[in-house]
Amino acid sequence: MTQVFDLAANSTRELNQTLQRANGGSAIEQWRVVNPNGAHNLAVGLDAPSRVEIEGHVGYYCAGMNKYAHIVVHGNAGPGLAENMMSGLVRVTGSASQYAGATAHGGLLVIEGDASSRCGISMKGVDIVVQGAVGHMSAFMAQSGRLVVCGDAGEALGDSLYEARLYVRGNVAGLGADCVEKSMKDKHKREVEQLLAEAGISGVDGAEFRRFGSARELYNFKVDNAHAY
Amino acid sequence: MPTRKNRRIDRAELRTRLRPSATFSREVIAEIQRAADTGIYDIRGFGAKRRVPCFDDLLFLGASMSRYPLEGYREKCGTGVTLGTRYASKPLELKIPVTIAGMSFGALSGPAKEALGRGATLAGTSTTTGDGGMTPEEREHSELLVYQLLPSRYGMNPDDLRRADAIEIVVGQGAKPGGGGMLLGQKISARVAGMRDLPEGIDQRSACRHPDWTGPDDLKIKIRELREITNWEKPIYIKIGAARTFYDTTLAVKAGADVVVLDGMQGGTAATQDVFIEHVGIPTLPALRQAVEALQEMDMHRKVQLVVSGGIRSGADVAKALAMGADAVSIGVAALIALGDNAPAFEDEYNALGSSAGYYDDWHEGRDPVGISTQDDDLAARFDPELGGRRLANYLNVLTLETQTLARANGKSHVHNLEPEDLVALTIEAAAMAGVPLAGTGWIPGRGTF
Ligand SMILES: Cc1cc2nc3c(=O)[nH]c(=O)nc-3n(C[C@H](O)[C@H](O)[C@H](O)COP(=O)(O)O)c2cc1C
Repeated sequence: MTQVFDLAANSTRELNQTLQRANGGSAIEQWRVVNPNGAHNLAVGLDAPSRVEIEGHVGYYCAGMNKYAHIVVHGNAGPGLAENMMSGLVRVTGSASQYAGATAHGGLLVIEGDASSRCGISMKGVDIVVQGAVGHMSAFMAQSGRLVVCGDAGEALGDSLYEARLYVRGNVAGLGADCVEKSMKDKHKREVEQLLAEAGISGVDGAEFRRFGSARELYNFKVDNAHAY
Repeated sequence: MPTRKNRRIDRAELRTRLRPSATFSREVIAEIQRAADTGIYDIRGFGAKRRVPCFDDLLFLGASMSRYPLEGYREKCGTGVTLGTRYASKPLELKIPVTIAGMSFGALSGPAKEALGRGATLAGTSTTTGDGGMTPEEREHSELLVYQLLPSRYGMNPDDLRRADAIEIVVGQGAKPGGGGMLLGQKISARVAGMRDLPEGIDQRSACRHPDWTGPDDLKIKIRELREITNWEKPIYIKIGAARTFYDTTLAVKAGADVVVLDGMQGGTAATQDVFIEHVGIPTLPALRQAVEALQEMDMHRKVQLVVSGGIRSGADVAKALAMGADAVSIGVAALIALGDNAPAFEDEYNALGSSAGYYDDWHEGRDPVGISTQDDDLAARFDPELGGRRLANYLNVLTLETQTLARANGKSHVHNLEPEDLVALTIEAAAMAGVPLAGTGWIPGRGTF
């Protein structure tokens, strides 16, 4: 049964305490959170497979460090959405501000609108699917995981990238240091299509995406690369 | 008798005749030659090697007609410190005012990290993780463990956050304010790579900026997030490298820190460009004074605790830092030396690496014969974490005893009762930087009129 939590009547502290009470428990809790009003730090530190629907816009760090939970924001999200997420699912039906999915280690982050700059910065294993566009310096120093962008990507995509795999369908304004386009093989097309399916996005053909990754030229200090450091 | 012209000059005579250049000293010449050979800047560990005004330039006045001393051995002189009293529901209770600074697993071997935990625990104080995450060994052997949240976020996860006793947000480090961590390929073993989620063997350069906040207003929200995740239990520290210390301390307090950790330019590092180590940041002495002034101006001195590091070596350094207004100090290089780093017993092996005991600073190369700054299993196996822990505890006990000795000599029943009025400076520079009078005068340069 879905329980309702009203942020007009209760504080962020109470919300997180309430949601975190499920941490370690077995029963799947279902919550509808109303009147978020752009508040920061909502539904952070969850550690159980709860289902949380937030009805409205959220501020900074919503769903931060999430483990196991499925959190859906029916609205837009402020900076640091799902930062350092470990597992589970975070979805926003609107757009997300800077550093969505920053340093996240696992799970799936779906942004149905656009993501601002530095989407997937230093990502460490998370999968991020953006239905719209991403801003500049997305996947900066991204270490692992996959970023799928159905729209365009801004300047300096994948700057100083490590092993993360980037897929973009639209225009790429520019690539960052050590980020190169790589060939799109069948297995990559299948990878994109599987991620789109997991994200619940239909009507987009995996073959329309281009793949980007690390040239691995900056992995070790080389005098000849001094211009790039 | 040979004539002046054809006579061979012996070495002793040579030394008296050759005139070294102050501008092009032998170290400078060697560095130019090294740069020309390799084409890359020098990277090394340790802290700044140049001399800067420091605690050695201060003296305690002691007791006299106008001040009562305490009996050296018998009368009680407290050393306990509580860190994190501002917001955290579980502040850290330390038995001594000396903590172990954050040093990463990666820079240091697993056994070395374990030894730091053992030593700190025996002495009743905390130790700190580092860039690279928390290892089970160090958690198990550290009664009080501070967990660093660094720009790289390597290994960062909510379980370790909850397992930690305090959280330290690293904004900067004294050795390289504004610089990110560096761990060269030789030390990226399978385990280190796994914890950091990076390919093995690459030269790893950690980010220098945090990925999800940019200024103090964001940081304030970030800190609240961390508190929400950890149930407002854990003290949250902000670590800054000494740069614009007055403002940085003010902003750290405004952002909601429970504790400010201030690291002076002499502070140690595992691997940084020499030019960064030697030329960026201000020394611990003036930085400490500025931080205390900032706290006092906000009426936050002793409410937000101040931990100071960067070149702390002895109980005299500890006592002087406390007298200037720190609540505790933190040690890095000194702790490694206590564990056995640079031990003379390994002279031959240091020579084989082109160094010598007392000089070895190539910690980034991972070939440490003592087994401390390495990820090589065979080298690491040479190091005994139990013995290392006992040695560190011994050293921490000596620091504490020395600090108490100086506190009692100044008539103080707790080390925190030491105050700037107990200090004088030996040089005009130190007087100006520390804000205490030049010995034998009432003069504090920069204050009042001449
Ligand atoms: C081997 C080594 C590794 C270090 N690693 C880190 C680190 O991971 N994070 C950090 O904030 N500081 C790191 N530091 C800096 C210390 O935390 C501390 O600021 C410094 O060592 C204090 O100065 P001291 O060495 O003169 O005592 C490291 C220092 C050393 C010597």
